[in-house]
Amino acid sequence: MDLQILLLLGQDGITNGAIYALLALALVLVFTVTRVIFIPQGEFVAYGALTLASLQAGKVPGTVWLLLALGTTVAVLDGVRLVREGRFAKLTPLLILNIGLPLLAAAGLFAMPPTQLPLWAQVVVSMLLVVPLGPMIYRVAYQPLAGASVLVLLIVSVAIHVALIGLGLLFFGAEGSRTPSFTDLSFELAGAPLQGQTILVVVASASLIIGLYFFFERTIYGKALRATAMNRTGARLMGIPPTLAGKLCLTLAAAIGAFSGILIAPITTIYYDSGFLIGLKGFVGAIIGGLASYPVAALGAVLVGLLESYSSFYASAFKEVIVFTLIIPVLLWRSLTSTHIEEEEE
Amino acid sequence: MTTITPPNLHQHEIILDVKDLRVAYGKVEALHKVSLAIRRGEIVTVIGPNGAGKTTLLSALMGLLPAEGEIVYMGHAQGREREVESLVRHGMTLVPEKRELFAEMSVEDNLLLGAFDRYRSGHRDQMETMDEVFELFPRLEERRAQLAGTLSGGERQMLAMGRALMAKPKLLMLDEPSLGLAPLIIKEIFRIIGELKKTGVAILLVEQNARAALQIADYGYVLETGEISLAGPSQELAADPRVIEAYLGLGHKH
Repeated sequence: MDLQILLLLGQDGITNGAIYALLALALVLVFTVTRVIFIPQGEFVAYGALTLASLQAGKVPGTVWLLLALGTTVAVLDGVRLVREGRFAKLTPLLILNIGLPLLAAAGLFAMPPTQLPLWAQVVVSMLLVVPLGPMIYRVAYQPLAGASVLVLLIVSVAIHVALIGLGLLFFGAEGSRTPSFTDLSFELAGAPLQGQTILVVVASASLIIGLYFFFERTIYGKALRATAMNRTGARLMGIPPTLAGKLCLTLAAAIGAFSGILIAPITTIYYDSGFLIGLKGFVGAIIGGLASYPVAALGAVLVGLLESYSSFYASAFKEVIVFTLIIPVLLWRSLTSTHIEEEEE
Repeated sequence: MTTITPPNLHQHEIILDVKDLRVAYGKVEALHKVSLAIRRGEIVTVIGPNGAGKTTLLSALMGLLPAEGEIVYMGHAQGREREVESLVRHGMTLVPEKRELFAEMSVEDNLLLGAFDRYRSGHRDQMETMDEVFELFPRLEERRAQLAGTLSGGERQMLAMGRALMAKPKLLMLDEPSLGLAPLIIKEIFRIIGELKKTGVAILLVEQNARAALQIADYGYVLETGEISLAGPSQELAADPRVIEAYLGLGHKH
C-alpha cells in the first residue's frame, strides 16, 4: 500500500461519491416534497446510460416506446377529465405534449439514426427521451395516491422499480454497455494518473449541485417546492398545487438520474439492472442526512463512495456488505441523538 | 374605530353566497344547514364557542374539506369537486388558525410565495404588492430577512395575513386572528382588518373574541354546535341580550 494506490482509490471513491451525492439529493428532494421514497431513482441512471449507448450503436432505444405508452396513458387520463369538465382549450397542448412530441421523437429516430451527431447532441437526445418519463410516472402512478401513507407510496415505488427493470431488460438486452469517454485528457497528481473523465464527473456534479442550490434559493418555483416540503397545507393555500410540485420534483429527479448515468457510462459498464445498486448507495447517503438535510446527504454519499472504493481494495468480496452496513451505526446514532418526534402519517 | 368607507365601494355585489352547507366527519355532522352571504367591501363575522364548527366552516369553503350544499362564489356555483388551487386563482384566500407559515424561510420568501399563483398566471407585480403589505405591517419590513419560525406570535399572525394579501384577494377569510395574542397586539390586528375593508376586499372573520369582532364587522352570525343560531347586523347582535349573556359577558353590569 503506497500513496499512489491511496490516491487512485480516493479518486475513484470521489468520482462515485459525486454520483451518489447527486442521487442522494434527488431522493431527499422527492421524499421531502412528495413523501415518496423513490426506489426507481437508480433506473433513471441505467436508462440514461443505456439510451445513450443504444443511440451510439445506431439502434432506436426502447425508451421511446415507453415514452409513447406513458404519454398516451397520461393524455387519456387527463383528457377524459378535461372533456368531462368542458375545458377543451387545454386539450390540444395536452395531446401535443404527451403524444405529439414522443411520436415526433420516434419518427425522428427512425428517419435519421443519430449516430452521426456529435456526442453532446446525443446526450441531449438521451436526456429528452428519459427525463419526461419522470413526470409521466408521477401522473400515472403517484398522483392518484397523493394522500396515501408513506408505506403505500413505497410499495408503489417498488412496483415501478420492478417494472422498469423488466422493461430495461426488454429494451436494452442483458449485455452491458459502455459509452466512449467524453475526454481523453489525463493528468498526473503526486505520481498517480488523474483521468480527465474523473474531473469531468466531479465538476459536472458540483455544477449541477450549485445549479440546484440556485434553483431552490433564488427562483419562485424552487421556493414553492421547498414550501411544499415544509408545509403542505400552507403551500396549497398559496395555490401551489401538490401535483405541480410532484411533477416538477420527478422531472428534476429523472434529469439528475439520467445525467448521472450519462456521466458514469464511460467509466463503468452499465447493465439494465445496474441502476438499483447505484441508487441504493445514493439512498444510504440520503439516510445519513436523515432524508431531510441536503448537505449531510451529499457528504454522506461521498463518504459512501470513498468507503466503497477503499473496501473494494482491502476486502473486495465484502465491498457491498461494508457499504450497506454503514447504515446500521448511522441509524443507531440518529435514533439516539434525534429529539424529533415522528410526524403523523397524513 | 374609523370606518369611513367611500360609498362607491358599497356596490352590494355578493362575493360569497352559501346555502344549506353541510359538512360531516364520517357520520358526525359538524355543520348543519349553514347559510351565509358576504358582499364586496363588507366584514362579516362568525362568532361562537369552541367546537361550534367555525374552522370546519372555513375549511369547507376553501375546498379543504368535502361539503354538501350550495356555494356560489363570485357568481359561479361551485361544484362538489372544488379545488383549493382554483379558488385561490379566483381570489379566495384563507389565513388558517394554525397560520401554516413556511417556518424555515425568510419573511420575504413567505410573502413572495403568497403571490405564487399570481406569478404563475403571468403577473409580475410582486414587489409593489410587497411594499403595500410592508406599509400595512411595518414590523414585517423590519423582519424581512428573519426566518418565519423565529417570529413572535403577533408577527406570525401579521405574516400570515400579509402573505394572504400578496394574492390580492377578493375574499379574505381569517380564522381566529386573535388566538393566543396579547391584548395590545389584538387591537393592532383588528385595526388593520378595519383598514383592509377600505380596499374593497370582502372579509369573513371567524372569532371567539366576539367583542372585538362585532365592533369592526358589518354583519354577524352566531354559530353554535354546527348551526347558525342568530344572525343580524353586528350592532344589533352586540345589543342582543342572548349574545351579551353568552359572549360579551356584560349581562350583569347593566
